[in-house]
Amino acid sequence: MSIELIDEPVGVHPQEPVISARDVRVWYGTTRGAIRAVDGVSFDLAPGETLGLVGESGCGKSTLGRGLMGLLPDGAKRDGQVLFKGRDISSMSRKAAYQMRGRELAMIFQEPMTRLNPLMRVSQHFEETIKQHAPALSRAEVRERALETLRLIGIPPTRYKSYPHEFSGGMRQRLMIALALVLRPAFVVADEPTTALDVLVEAQIVQILNDLRRNFGTSMLLITHNVGIVAEACDRMAVMYAGRIVEQGSVVDVFKNPRHPYTRALLRSTISLRTTGLNFIPGAPPDLVDPPDGCRFHPRCPDAMNVCATHNPVNIERPGGGRIECWLSGPDDQIPAGGKQPLKQEGLAVADEA
Amino acid sequence: MPTKPEPQAWQDPLIDVRDLSVHFELRGGILARLFGSDTGTVKAVDGVTLTVGRGEVVGLVGESGSGKSTLGRALLGLVPATDGSILFHGDDVAEMSRRRLRAIRRDIQMVFQDPNAALNPAMTVEEATGDALRVHGMKSAAERRARVVEALEKVGLSPVELFLSKYPRDLSGGQKQRVVLARAIILDPEVLVADEPISMLDMSVRAKILQLMLDLKQELGLTYVYITHDLASAKYFCDRIAIMYLGRVVEIGPTDEIFANPRHPYTRALLKAIPEPDPERALPRDLLRGEIPDAASPPLGCSFHPRCPEAFEKCGWESRDLRAVIEEHWTRQPADVYGAESDTVGDLAHLDTPATVARIGGKGAESAREILHRMRSERPDEPFWRGVDRVDDDGPGIRVVFHPGEDPALRSSDGVEVACLLYPESS
Repeated sequence: MSIELIDEPVGVHPQEPVISARDVRVWYGTTRGAIRAVDGVSFDLAPGETLGLVGESGCGKSTLGRGLMGLLPDGAKRDGQVLFKGRDISSMSRKAAYQMRGRELAMIFQEPMTRLNPLMRVSQHFEETIKQHAPALSRAEVRERALETLRLIGIPPTRYKSYPHEFSGGMRQRLMIALALVLRPAFVVADEPTTALDVLVEAQIVQILNDLRRNFGTSMLLITHNVGIVAEACDRMAVMYAGRIVEQGSVVDVFKNPRHPYTRALLRSTISLRTTGLNFIPGAPPDLVDPPDGCRFHPRCPDAMNVCATHNPVNIERPGGGRIECWLSGPDDQIPAGGKQPLKQEGLAVADEA
Repeated sequence: MPTKPEPQAWQDPLIDVRDLSVHFELRGGILARLFGSDTGTVKAVDGVTLTVGRGEVVGLVGESGSGKSTLGRALLGLVPATDGSILFHGDDVAEMSRRRLRAIRRDIQMVFQDPNAALNPAMTVEEATGDALRVHGMKSAAERRARVVEALEKVGLSPVELFLSKYPRDLSGGQKQRVVLARAIILDPEVLVADEPISMLDMSVRAKILQLMLDLKQELGLTYVYITHDLASAKYFCDRIAIMYLGRVVEIGPTDEIFANPRHPYTRALLKAIPEPDPERALPRDLLRGEIPDAASPPLGCSFHPRCPEAFEKCGWESRDLRAVIEEHWTRQPADVYGAESDTVGDLAHLDTPATVARIGGKGAESAREILHRMRSERPDEPFWRGVDRVDDDGPGIRVVFHPGEDPALRSSDGVEVACLLYPESS
């Protein structure tokens, strides 16, 4: 695949969103109380758009991805609305949701080897996936569809009868992506799709993901902890902290003008080729059974004000486009008197970390 | 924020690795073992020469399968050397008895990648950290505790009383890696071999642990061998970097020089592939193809040539490369063209036996030639074609003859050493 990179206008998507999440919440019940892993998340995803979801481990980004798919473990509770092309998929019956997955919604996982059946040939994987949703297709048609998808992902047709163990790590991840896309779903969640891969293979996979919208017209939620991948493969980004999206906007603008102190800290802590000094975020993410009052980031925030410790920040329009939840960005008329004074922080221990 | 320490001279070699090889014999089935037939050898480390100076940070950088971890383990005698020597204080680690090795591991310690796997879940922080003291003969519990407290303080796990009786499951990833570091420094080692010490950690913690390692080095006068696939952290952390590929060092030199002026095409490709957190930088479209090959049957000539964008006739082209370009060609063809062409070319499996002459076709030489011609005109810049010497008719098919290849040795080139035929010995 070596088609020239087309710079599509970013942020201008007049069409109806493919996915529209409204106040999505996911709880896990534990003996200590409910873990509020996702706690009121809203976002829209336009056709062909890629949204990067970043945050530290345990911020709820994987739970959100699975929650959107309806793939939560028993004992998890989901609330809020997930609209797929206007239909609420969170209140669908199990059977209807099962029908949607694979055909309309798909997921790409981190460890390809644990998701492929070692006893099945590539051809059988495709036959199983396609037959599930299009039982009328003949074997030859299945083969044709599968080979076409494999070709776009860069797997030669000669490998159609191979077993998963005959593939290298990068080829397996390509196979996973091809399996997820063979039915041309409109929405894909990719959960850390490159984390287990080497840097060169990672770059190849990022390029394939980048080409998805052109080759398949797919909208994607790309979950990653690597902000470099967001910069390369996404149109918009959402920064998640302790179960909430604290800032979202176009990738270019968020990287250039991060408004939320957490976004700033996250971008600064990344070690890149241009790193000349080490920066890190002091402290650890909060316990989601009993998160701090007010803004959940305030105990670690270098810019915290008095209001941050007592009042939940309001979700407002972000200057430069997108949404933000941070008192530093306002609204000023809702901050009580004296609320803008710097907050006296308790000291954080060196080893208090994630 | 602290800046990068000045690179130190490595005139005073602490570890001196000479022509080190670590080979693993592959075991075949029971019949193969009975009759002693050859089932192959994996050359995990294949003739590496490397010195590590006192107080230096040397980075071993490469993809998985490059042999960097095996080399690191060999430094502690954790894998047996097949050939060559590892001199530490003038003694050869590769030749040592188990007892001498145990003694040497007081001075060379290892930090592993996954803190979850490196810590015994049934041991408290105190037991885990102090276990090495017990193994090395410190009998007094009070003495051990004093040393444990001291080590935990050094790695920032204070107040220490809060951590002593905790189990790994009570700790965060960063805290676990601190315990692993405390355990590594408790015997006052000279050298720490750190195998991907930060790659399992959250992005926000990586910088903290890297900073801790720099502080420990300063405070305890440590020497590091830093094994990683992450060039960005290596750039910040290392004084010198060795780029490894399939068991060999392909480029080695001072960090600044390697990054300012990368010579080996592999180093250049690695640098290009790092995702930079800058959305305005366009994604490079000319990424390296393929993956690191199987070390049990490495490519002929230069191991890197099948992926190298700059390879030329002498790089060791062979039959497996022909299979790769044909298959790559088919990923660009519609189904009917693929069907027709694969009929003409025939089975490709025999090309997997490395040879400098490759036969394909079976339905007439002309039709096979035609396919090669089509492939070539479609991708004229493909380096593979530089390696083709001539194409002869061969019965019902054709015979592709490649130029003889050469295996590049590590040669010095303006302050660095590089193993690539593009850089002949500088005089």
